[in-house]
Amino acid sequence: MRTPISYFVVVSAMLFAIGTIGVLVRKNALVIFMSVELQLNAVNLALVSFSRMHNNLNGQVLAFFSMVVAAAEVVVGLAIIVTVYRRRQSASVDDATVLRG
Amino acid sequence: MPLDQVVFWVFAPISVGSAIAMLLQRNAVHAALFLVVNFFTIAVFYLVLGASFLFAVQIIVYAGAIMVLFLFVIMLLGVDREESLVERLRGQRVIGITLGVGIALELIVAIRAGIGFATKAPANFDQVANEGGNAEALSRVLFRDYFFPFEVTSILLIVAAIAVVVLASRQRRSVTKAQAASEADEAAV
Repeated sequence: MRTPISYFVVVSAMLFAIGTIGVLVRKNALVIFMSVELQLNAVNLALVSFSRMHNNLNGQVLAFFSMVVAAAEVVVGLAIIVTVYRRRQSASVDDATVLRG
Repeated sequence: MPLDQVVFWVFAPISVGSAIAMLLQRNAVHAALFLVVNFFTIAVFYLVLGASFLFAVQIIVYAGAIMVLFLFVIMLLGVDREESLVERLRGQRVIGITLGVGIALELIVAIRAGIGFATKAPANFDQVANEGGNAEALSRVLFRDYFFPFEVTSILLIVAAIAVVVLASRQRRSVTKAQAASEADEAAV
């Protein structure tokens, strides 16, 4: 493989930053959640790249575990969004103001 | 130009571009579809990096199952309306984008300091780490070194499944007086 490993890590860093901007800027809870998924995937890409760099598979196993955790997290998160939507009829995070001081 | 470089330079712009497009879409369904494109490009990167098992898992679990779940919830809630661009917190968007760009620059500087931009991966990955094929080598590591964490994840999945059933079931199991009162108030309003 002739591509330097850092190229993949840079792509992963850019995807992570885009996901961060999504979490900070967007209002729709579902889109925020998708941005979190993007961040998780960016970190997975970095793990697999480092696994390739260090010539062992521990990074890939960790990426595998993070996929399992992400699957569980998506299921619980979407259930929470559905529950909030049922109470407030809105998926915008601006409308969840009950805890505002 | 070697093949893996061609693949990288074709798919890296698609990957970053689809992520930015996801950010700019005001419609949640379109954002989800761009995220699917992004997941596919990440799967291609896995293939180039010698992780063919994760390539398959990425497509099946992320681009398949998780995104179908997302689209299902979007359709179920009917939130495919466009979101408003009014800022509740003044300057939130500008500060958010500034911080995001800042974290990107910071990470790139850290990558440069940590591994350098020119470090090549070792050439004998398929002989040393991926001996006997990626799936076999991965399962060897997973079921020897990481067997206990693997079992713990099964508990995690069961807990998640139960949590979803509890959260999403419509009937009230035990309605306290406060809850009933607040609901009565909401009904009155």
